[in-house]
Amino acid sequence: MNIVMTAADWLHLFLHYLSLSLLAVGGAITTAPDMHRYLVEQQHWLTDAQFNASIAIAQAAPGPNVLFIALLGWNVGLNAGGLWIGALGMMVTMTGIMLPSTTLTWLAARWGHRNRELRAVRAFKQGMAPIVIALLVSTGWILSSANADPAHDWPLWLVTVVSTLVVWRTRVHLLWLLGAGALLGALGWV
Amino acid sequence: MPGAIIQRMSPPLSEGAAAGPAEPLAQPRSLTDLFVSFTLLALQGFGGVLAVVQRELVEKKRWLTREEFVEDWAVAQIMPGPNVVNLSLMLGDRYFGLRGAMVGLAGILTVPLFVVLLLALVYAQFASLPWVAHALRGMGAVVAGLIAATGIKLFGALRKHPLGIPLCTVLGACCFVAIALLRWPLAYVLLSLGVLSCVLTYRKLAP
Repeated sequence: MNIVMTAADWLHLFLHYLSLSLLAVGGAITTAPDMHRYLVEQQHWLTDAQFNASIAIAQAAPGPNVLFIALLGWNVGLNAGGLWIGALGMMVTMTGIMLPSTTLTWLAARWGHRNRELRAVRAFKQGMAPIVIALLVSTGWILSSANADPAHDWPLWLVTVVSTLVVWRTRVHLLWLLGAGALLGALGWV
Repeated sequence: MPGAIIQRMSPPLSEGAAAGPAEPLAQPRSLTDLFVSFTLLALQGFGGVLAVVQRELVEKKRWLTREEFVEDWAVAQIMPGPNVVNLSLMLGDRYFGLRGAMVGLAGILTVPLFVVLLLALVYAQFASLPWVAHALRGMGAVVAGLIAATGIKLFGALRKHPLGIPLCTVLGACCFVAIALLRWPLAYVLLSLGVLSCVLTYRKLAP
């Protein structure tokens, strides 16, 4: 896919990501549907396959999942003319998505830490604790239930249950578990 | 690294968090230590960094107590932006100010960014192989377990919670049903259960 990106297009891309940044509550992935609408359907800067591969690679790679946004920018740049433009695209989307949210978080965290003895601040932080913990367990559940067919996918559920128990009760290094999961998968056992 | 074990200078966050383990907490020795620590954290985190962050920062490095981790995680989660990135920013800022925030951010993002790019460049060669896709599925199942186990382990942090274990359990169970089973949007759950929980906690805390 070959596209032409003018300076105005790059600015538009940057502004779009700036505007998405503060909406990304609960993880950048929650804004993926809007990015798909913008990059693939409206601007035709990426193909569907490029969009999906960007997300899949970032999920499979180590590191924060937000890096899928860097890959989207990278692929827009590649479509527009090569590796250096790809690097430019990556800078544009990552700076756009990170700048507003990190600035706000930095200011809020500073304020919260300075006023950590305030009753309202303590109530917020401690009050959120049961909710945050439940959100973690929920995330594990949601990731598992992507494997929706019990007759066929029960080995995957078994792997999840076993890895839950192992992480909970032992101090085995997490990379061993991931390696074991990858091996079981590659051998076709799960 | 015994030299790094020094008494934390800031006062404890609250009486709930103060009653941590008897040993003093550690903290990063330098900006380099901060950068390297977050880079290593990020590189171990497949499919999300959270499980690794809890184990490394709380259990191994002991920069945070379990209670502090839950509280900081709540802030990192509520603020816009990726939660692990927010956490690296907040912790970096606490130890070294603005420079620390930038270094924490750079640590969690820079090297992983190059890894992702490398993967993207070789992806075309391997994407069509079925065993690669299957290996990713297997890793995905493990990741789901890692995250769930992190939640279960942090449940212990609620023992000193002002609301008490039973009420915390009810709130947590409602949250799980709403998010995991009913698939309600996060914003609704935070605005209802989250606000309820904070208000109840506020009433319990001494003024």
